[in-house]
Amino acid sequence: MSVVRLEFRNVTMRFTERGKGVTLTAVTDVSFSIGDGEVVSLIGPSGCGKSTLLNIGSGLTAPSEGGAFVDGQRVEGPNAHVAFMLQKDLLLPWRTITENVMFGVEIQGVPQPERKRRAQSLLENFNLAEFSGHYPHQLSGGMRQRVALARTLAVDPHVLLLDEPFSAVDAQTRMVLQRDLAQTLKQAGKTALLITHDLTEAVILSDRVLVMSRRPGTVIDEISIDMPQRDNPIARRHDPKVSDYVAQLMDRLDIVHASLEQPAATGAA
Amino acid sequence: MSSDARSSSLRNGTMASVALLVAFLAAWQWGPGLLGIPSFIVPPLSMVATEFVHAWRVDHLLLHTGVTFAEVLAGFVLGSLLGALFGYLLGMSPTAEFALSPYILALQIAPKVAFAPLFILWMGFTVYPKILVAILIVFFPVMVNVLTAVRAVDPDLINLARAFKATRAQIFWKIEFPTSLPPMFAGLRIGSTLAVVGVVVGELVGGNVGLGYLLSFGEGQANTPMVFVSIVMLTIVGGITYVGVILVERRVLHYLPARSVGGNL
Repeated sequence: MSVVRLEFRNVTMRFTERGKGVTLTAVTDVSFSIGDGEVVSLIGPSGCGKSTLLNIGSGLTAPSEGGAFVDGQRVEGPNAHVAFMLQKDLLLPWRTITENVMFGVEIQGVPQPERKRRAQSLLENFNLAEFSGHYPHQLSGGMRQRVALARTLAVDPHVLLLDEPFSAVDAQTRMVLQRDLAQTLKQAGKTALLITHDLTEAVILSDRVLVMSRRPGTVIDEISIDMPQRDNPIARRHDPKVSDYVAQLMDRLDIVHASLEQPAATGAA
Repeated sequence: MSSDARSSSLRNGTMASVALLVAFLAAWQWGPGLLGIPSFIVPPLSMVATEFVHAWRVDHLLLHTGVTFAEVLAGFVLGSLLGALFGYLLGMSPTAEFALSPYILALQIAPKVAFAPLFILWMGFTVYPKILVAILIVFFPVMVNVLTAVRAVDPDLINLARAFKATRAQIFWKIEFPTSLPPMFAGLRIGSTLAVVGVVVGELVGGNVGLGYLLSFGEGQANTPMVFVSIVMLTIVGGITYVGVILVERRVLHYLPARSVGGNL
């Protein structure tokens, strides 16, 4: 593996439920690393602490034990090298599309002409240039999610943390967005950690898939995806290997025996 | 709805509205006579119009209206500013809200107009007690709406800004403040009509100028047409304030889908 971009070292996260005094361990002893330009997916049952890991990686929450490292530096708080994107597009309704894309760079104090330039080139890449002056409510869900991706890329992060970014859009739009994401990640050589519930999505978008256990979550397996064309998930879908990998993941997650009577996940999912 | 269908339904609506107005004015003019209602109970339209001209020429109607309007504006602007300020402060500090909430609740339940005699005792027959009642009455709807809006800001939005290393001030100006504007305008609309109520009650209680004074003066003289003139002018004052708020709202919230702002007033 080349240079390590993102690393989790023995990360444990405990929450104390307010008022009850009960301590809940969301994730325990999670260690893995992601190399430069690699795309890694994280799958696991709901409530296994995937999103908690993402919050730790982006510096929004501090872990109880261990730590996250970006380019060898311990993550002590939000930093410019990591950017995240959620299922919700989180576009600001009072900002035009261009202004929304510039949101992050504006906060980081990038000068106005440079902001504009970045936003314009990203919008052109995503075929959204004609909507630059529109407001979010005038765009479809898929387009809005693409704007959110552009906003994430505008800050030029080394690492992208993606939390089920496409789970709220319809199946066909999702395929298009997956292709856009895959091409962008490949072209820009970005490193990404993708949280998803969609096993096929994990396989077709990633170099590796990490499997997490039920809570307290920890990484129980790692599967390398040995397929070409990581920048073309639509082509990868046709590869018969995909179903083998999905079957393997289902097996690892023990989906056949999983019951739905797990206690409802409280706190962070 | 197609734009054709919409414009035709708009046209029909306007026509119905105008027809209703004509019917109302006609009923006002001839209805009392037909029903045998004496003119000191319900004066017909023409009597009220005559009284309007008289009040304008002799009783300084314009001055009274102007004073009331100025008090309404002052009370509305100051009450809104204070309401918004407290809304943000309490919205951002749960401790302050917890400490102050019983008092705020008590003050909110107390009928604000009941303070009018007290303020007149304190400040005399000036414009200030009227403005103060208006401030008090406008304060709550604005404060409550802003407070609720600040509380309801999506925490993921705040996290997004934090992940970009936003400062506290940036989070306020770029997220919390703009998010709170639509509910704040809902509060301002309510406040703009309530401000008139506050001012009129203040004027009714004491003083010698303003439409509320004219109202009680007319009542004292059993001059029913003058009471009607005052009510009409008060409605106009309230209407202008309300429309003013709507016009500002449309400018500020221009980004919202057309029909969710202002509606049909």
